[in-house]
Amino acid sequence: MPDNKHVVIIGNGISGITAARHLRKHSKCRITVISGESDYFYSRTALMYVYMGHMKFENTKPYEDWFWKKNEIDLVKAWVQEVDTKEKRLKLDGVEDITYDVLVLATGSVSNKFGWPGQEAKGVSSLYHKQDLEYIEEYSSKMNRAVIVGGGLIGIELAEMLHSRQIDVTLLVREENFWDVVMPLEEAQMINQEIRDHHIDLRLTTELKEIKIGEDGAVVGVVTNQDEQIECQFVGLTVGVSPNVKWLAASGLEIKRGIVVNEFLETNIADVYAIGDCAEHNVPSPGRRPVEQVWYTGRMMGEVVAQTILGNPTAYKPGIWFNSAKFFNIEYQTYGTVTPTLAEGHDQFFWQTDDGKISFRVVFDASDRSVLGLNVLGIRMRHEVWDEWIRNGEKIEVVMAQLERANFDPEFFNKYEYAIREIFNQKFEHLAIENQKPSLLKRIFS
Amino acid sequence: MRIKIIQNIGLILFLIGFGLFVMSFASEKYVLTQSSIDRMVDDSAKAGLIKSFGEKHLNTELSNAFAFNSLLDQLFADINNYQLERFGLSDDRLERMVKSLSGTEFSMDKAKAEFGESDALTAFQWEAFTSYGGWLEGKTFGSEQELRDALQIVQTNIASYGVLNEKGFNEYEIKDLKYGLTKASSVGLVSSSPLQVMLAIYALIIFGALIYIFPNIKLLGPAGIKNDGIFHSKVKNKGWIGILLGSFLILFYIILYFYPEYMTTWILMVDPVSQWLKGSDAGRFFLYGFIYTLAILVMGVRMMIKYRHSKYQLWRTASVMFFQLSLAFLIPEILLRLNQPYFDFKNIWPLDYDFFFDNELNTLINHGGIGLFMLGWGIGLTLLGVPVMVYFFGKRWYCSWVCGCGGLAETLGDPFRQLSDKSLKAWKFERISIHSVLVFAIVMTGAVLYTYWTGNSEVFGISSYHLRSVYGGWIGAGFAGVVGTGFYPLMGNRVWCRFGCPLAAYLGLVQRFKSRFRITTNGGQCISCGNCSTHCEMGIDVRWYAQRGENIVRSSCVGCGVCSAVCPRGVLNLENRSDDNRFETAGLIGNDSFPEIKK
Repeated sequence: MPDNKHVVIIGNGISGITAARHLRKHSKCRITVISGESDYFYSRTALMYVYMGHMKFENTKPYEDWFWKKNEIDLVKAWVQEVDTKEKRLKLDGVEDITYDVLVLATGSVSNKFGWPGQEAKGVSSLYHKQDLEYIEEYSSKMNRAVIVGGGLIGIELAEMLHSRQIDVTLLVREENFWDVVMPLEEAQMINQEIRDHHIDLRLTTELKEIKIGEDGAVVGVVTNQDEQIECQFVGLTVGVSPNVKWLAASGLEIKRGIVVNEFLETNIADVYAIGDCAEHNVPSPGRRPVEQVWYTGRMMGEVVAQTILGNPTAYKPGIWFNSAKFFNIEYQTYGTVTPTLAEGHDQFFWQTDDGKISFRVVFDASDRSVLGLNVLGIRMRHEVWDEWIRNGEKIEVVMAQLERANFDPEFFNKYEYAIREIFNQKFEHLAIENQKPSLLKRIFS
Repeated sequence: MRIKIIQNIGLILFLIGFGLFVMSFASEKYVLTQSSIDRMVDDSAKAGLIKSFGEKHLNTELSNAFAFNSLLDQLFADINNYQLERFGLSDDRLERMVKSLSGTEFSMDKAKAEFGESDALTAFQWEAFTSYGGWLEGKTFGSEQELRDALQIVQTNIASYGVLNEKGFNEYEIKDLKYGLTKASSVGLVSSSPLQVMLAIYALIIFGALIYIFPNIKLLGPAGIKNDGIFHSKVKNKGWIGILLGSFLILFYIILYFYPEYMTTWILMVDPVSQWLKGSDAGRFFLYGFIYTLAILVMGVRMMIKYRHSKYQLWRTASVMFFQLSLAFLIPEILLRLNQPYFDFKNIWPLDYDFFFDNELNTLINHGGIGLFMLGWGIGLTLLGVPVMVYFFGKRWYCSWVCGCGGLAETLGDPFRQLSDKSLKAWKFERISIHSVLVFAIVMTGAVLYTYWTGNSEVFGISSYHLRSVYGGWIGAGFAGVVGTGFYPLMGNRVWCRFGCPLAAYLGLVQRFKSRFRITTNGGQCISCGNCSTHCEMGIDVRWYAQRGENIVRSSCVGCGVCSAVCPRGVLNLENRSDDNRFETAGLIGNDSFPEIKK
């Protein structure tokens, strides 16, 4: 990458910033990152903690403000209005045009709204941008009850946020159980329970029909698809996100759901790349979705696109799937593939504690018994070990015998390997493995 | 809602107790009596002076400690002036010597002529002149002024070393006597019924606090991370209550270390406890230890409730509570009762900076077997205990499991952990300041030991006594106390541990270079949210490492485990593992685009 080239990155989220950092690591080229949302890179995933008072907004910034200048990464705060790929020129809101040699689109997502009556009213918000958080913060004083629509990760986050301010929350979930489009039934039910344990009014198989607006143009309630009226002063719309690409319609870029890219993250126009939430892979890796709106994939695409731009064409090949989340107090981790309903030719083992707060599910190939995926709630597992087991197709009985290796819980925490294996041996007698209860000393000091 | 009411009652009780504690400062009147003077002043001649100079004030009631201490200041000043006039080298005599001895070689014989008749007073004056002016013998002064200057040095030395020590009151004596006399001269509710007042006030404070703390089991919902509202709080985010609390703590420490004569009421209150425990009255550091231990115990209960989902935190908190109560508080006092040296078995040089002071060494050596065992134990902890334990467990075995400063930081200080500065600048400052203190402690101790063995008080022209008093004042009291704890609500709970503690610096060096301890990052799971960095009391930017999949190997990490607890994605874990790979980047697992890059 010649020093005199100018790489412009639109979007200062994890994808764009990772690309900028990796470019800077290996090149002296000019780098500009444009964002209309915030002056500096911050961690979107931490917005909820700012609202709940666990952190200040300041704390969500992974790099101190001097970092950018020191590393000669120019930051421009503006919304991009138009991309002219012929002239390689960007039209910005209120700031002079910027020309580029290479353009990286890392524009992230926008929250979905499905055309509900009243969705533009005062007191209706999604939760994605910093501005959404500021709006919710400002509006909180007016809330006694809030209705949140959508049974996904952001919905439960918003519920937790408002709950932390003693606002009564009703959570409308279209599905039969929370997040059961991703989670198998047992885990989904555990989370239902966790939500209810926090006094959230969880309404399953319930959808939003209409938002009621008062005389002052503000929300006064909602009507559900069961024609029930719920009085509220705030409606949170958290029904998923879509690639933030609408504004690029005239750019000549090929756009389906997202900006279409090949394995090198190249768009249909030369010198224009797309990464992160806004990219749609024309040939996704086996078992992966074309659009993956996850922190980790955004970061990986940033690492990869930097290499390609630097002249080492590198194909984007995400490894074994992993993800994590936290539902109120229950931590969730997953490695490999676990589908809501067991796929043909797969077998599984599931274990949970009596209080329904901790569970362990491993999916394996029914014929060769190689492990395929793991879901854990309430236990931390070592990424490195599961990655290796799944990659090597380790057999279920070997994995079960070595479970301790994968434990990542803090010292002194209760250990569940013995209990898990005991149930496993009952369910899979033909695979039964040696299982010894750890001594008291070991249980305390392991 | 009923629980909320109970909690508010607890808060009110606590505030009443705390208010009474503060107000007890003004509860006593002060009466100087013959008997209180006799009790506090060992030297009967000096006691007599106080009585005669203070005659018209004897048995007069003064309404507060300020008035009483200004009376004492006046008395001591008057007595000292009087004695200086009598026993000092008078200006008159000095001038006469200048006249008669200038221009010639100075000789003590000639000087003696100026001391005339030989009554007891003059004998003392002459004695003092020979011991402080002996160095003039044989010197020739070019002018009257030169001689006058030399004699004035002698005059000053006689005054401050000769007269004030023997016939008057030097500044240390005054300091002690002001405290002692104030305490002995107190009359009032606390002085007459200290036990009852103490029980009432401390019961209100302790039970009030517990009644406030316990309902949180219910009020804060199921076990889990309880950080809601921390940055909206007026206490925990440098709001006005936090600033007020910080000011109170700073003031408390300044009084404790520098003006104990103004906290005698509080000390009187714990006299019965001290009597019961060690058979003698309390001093200010008994009071301090008593409050300190209670703070750790009560706030330890709070800590355990807050982190009850984490067994690591439960064990760790129980550990600091145990070590404070037994090893730091009870056992040393009980040792005193048994006529053994006061000894805290878990205090380690150089945090225990006076371990090698001559008086401490002599005390231990003079106590035979047990004293020698203590001496060996202390040296063993420093030379063997620290490196071996840090090798296996990291410095946390001490800093967040055993240490008293750490114990207070992890309990009373827990609400303020998020206030530590995470900037790179702070880290740079920290490395300079903490290692400077370590060097200072080593140099100071070296000088003190040099003096101990050679008897020579000067090392490279610096007095080892001066060095140790500077260390004691600025580092021991000022840094560790006033700044270290007083600034909890302003700069977080580990100001001392992070910027000043020489033992932490030593433990940290071992941890950084030769230890199995590290915080492991879990593959690629980090989402850079920043909870870990925010709640790191040592101001480590944990996220900086976690988001690139690196182990956290930092000398300052005290292993409190809170980063791991607050992580919403299960990324961080405190581990003791064999040394391979400790410094290597574990790598962000999950991206197969770079097969050539080994994890």
